[in-house]
Amino acid sequence: MSAPVLEVSGLRAYYRTAAFGIRREVRAVDDVDLCVEAGEIYGLAGESSCGKTTLIKTIANAIQPPLEVLAGSVVFNFKDQRIDMHGASREELRDIRWKRLSYIMQGSMNVLNPVRRVRHAFVDFAFRHIGRSKAEFLDIVRAHLRRLHLEPDVLDAYPHQLSGGMRQRVTIALATVCRPEFIIADEPTTALDVVVQKGVLAMIHSVQRELGSSVIFVTHDMAVHANLTDRLGIMYGGRLVEEGRTADVFRRPRHPYTAHLIASLPRLGDAAPKEGLTGAPPNLADPPSGCRFHPRCPLASDICQREAPPMTELAPGHRAACFHSDQVMPP
Amino acid sequence: MSAPLLEVDGVRRVYSSGGLLSRRRVVAVDGVDLRLDEGQPEIVTVIGESGSGKTTLARMILNMVSPSAGAIRFRGTDLSAVRGTAARLAFMRQVQPIFQNPFEAFNPMKRVDRYLFATARHMAGLAAPADIEAAADRALRDVGLSLAEVRRRYPHELSGGQLQRVAIARALVSRPALLVADEPVSMIDASLRASIVSLLRGLCVRTGVSIIYITHDLATAYSVSDRILIMRLGKVVESGPARTVLDDPQHEYSRLLKSSVLSPEVPSNGAFFHA
Repeated sequence: MSAPVLEVSGLRAYYRTAAFGIRREVRAVDDVDLCVEAGEIYGLAGESSCGKTTLIKTIANAIQPPLEVLAGSVVFNFKDQRIDMHGASREELRDIRWKRLSYIMQGSMNVLNPVRRVRHAFVDFAFRHIGRSKAEFLDIVRAHLRRLHLEPDVLDAYPHQLSGGMRQRVTIALATVCRPEFIIADEPTTALDVVVQKGVLAMIHSVQRELGSSVIFVTHDMAVHANLTDRLGIMYGGRLVEEGRTADVFRRPRHPYTAHLIASLPRLGDAAPKEGLTGAPPNLADPPSGCRFHPRCPLASDICQREAPPMTELAPGHRAACFHSDQVMPP
Repeated sequence: MSAPLLEVDGVRRVYSSGGLLSRRRVVAVDGVDLRLDEGQPEIVTVIGESGSGKTTLARMILNMVSPSAGAIRFRGTDLSAVRGTAARLAFMRQVQPIFQNPFEAFNPMKRVDRYLFATARHMAGLAAPADIEAAADRALRDVGLSLAEVRRRYPHELSGGQLQRVAIARALVSRPALLVADEPVSMIDASLRASIVSLLRGLCVRTGVSIIYITHDLATAYSVSDRILIMRLGKVVESGPARTVLDDPQHEYSRLLKSSVLSPEVPSNGAFFHA
């Protein structure tokens, strides 16, 4: 079996500030291990402020102070190149970005310059990677847009002339025009309404299958994970707390937080009232001792306050970090 | 038959833009009728895609935008007759908004309790500090918080779910008869949405406030609403009791909307898009 495309091991990334001699440390990503295999869609779920975005920023090496990587490594095994993201030179990173490692962002309006036609975005992002003449480059872009069932006319539009769903499709086309081997998608459908969301997800899925790329797909919407992702990682308070095949995680969650996420989803045709978790998300500048979920956990006991549970393999390919994983009720 | 609380009577709103020669007219809301009765608290959901006119309808009910045609009456008074500070305050006391994004609704540099106190002073007409605090505390308890938890806190010190609860509490301070909630959960984590929506249901039952709930999320609409209006391009395409409409939608667009909802179960034949 070939090596996974992405190997993250022991990754620890904190935001560190010092103001007036007072040091503060926000532990946004703490000891995260994960692998993404070739050609799979890996979902990353968790509530706001659990460290999802920091994790993918660290993976893409888009690190700016006060974010610092304290430990761990991020290694990509591309087809003919192995690259350690935190050891690589600026030139090496520039060469792989967009060409091999690409990014679909949440706010399409923030990616497309509002006062320039869409065509310029393609030129700015992808021209140097494709390395052809301008005319040939635009032919490649048009062919790519047609493959994604977009009219090549969108190249001449200004972003405000396109609807929100259309703009998001354009950013997906932009992110995939260089046929990247790895795509990071950060909440690409969160701002869209249900009808448009379904179309955009179908598009991401068909591009991924066509290019054979691997994808990390970040969203807090578990319904999207259920329908799109192959494997799923759940984050809570800066840590990965559960990981497994999406179907296994939904059928038999092994962490009480995952069980809560699945149980709290509103379903069409189900009018039973749903309860949210009590308490607030953990303050990552001063995280709870032991298991970070214990103050909100219905199964918490003494050991949960003292020790952080290790990530343990409970079934083939299904890991969770909980001392009481055998007591977690399936939904 | 009981007296009407809110009557929306064939309202239409046209926005026009551009100059004399390149005039463009957009009909945002096109002939919508809606009636809520006094003494029958209920949750009416207005559902539709982006650009369907649901926010414009909400703004007209809040008297922030005036209709181009048709009329809206609240307790028999036409909203176009609500003029001047005193009349506006009296109206706002009874009809309160809840906005989409709690992080934008509160100024990050101001403490959140200030909003509750200001509403108590100006809307509920309270003067004594003890009364103001009591009103704020009562409203916060209605949403499952308390003044002790919120006092002197800045917005960044509260989570999104807590902040949206504070926004709902603020709207409740003046004991309104009608709340207009414009996508109150779309900026909140999916796992917390259910609890905010159940809170709205609880408020309707316990305090007798009617709620107009605007959303594009069918799943929460199903669990919370009594009545539902499905809007498309400014028109109501289907309306009726929520369960009846959503269990068996008649209009083509309602069916499309229903079929686009992703079920939170992994499909048995592998994931949905993998077919």
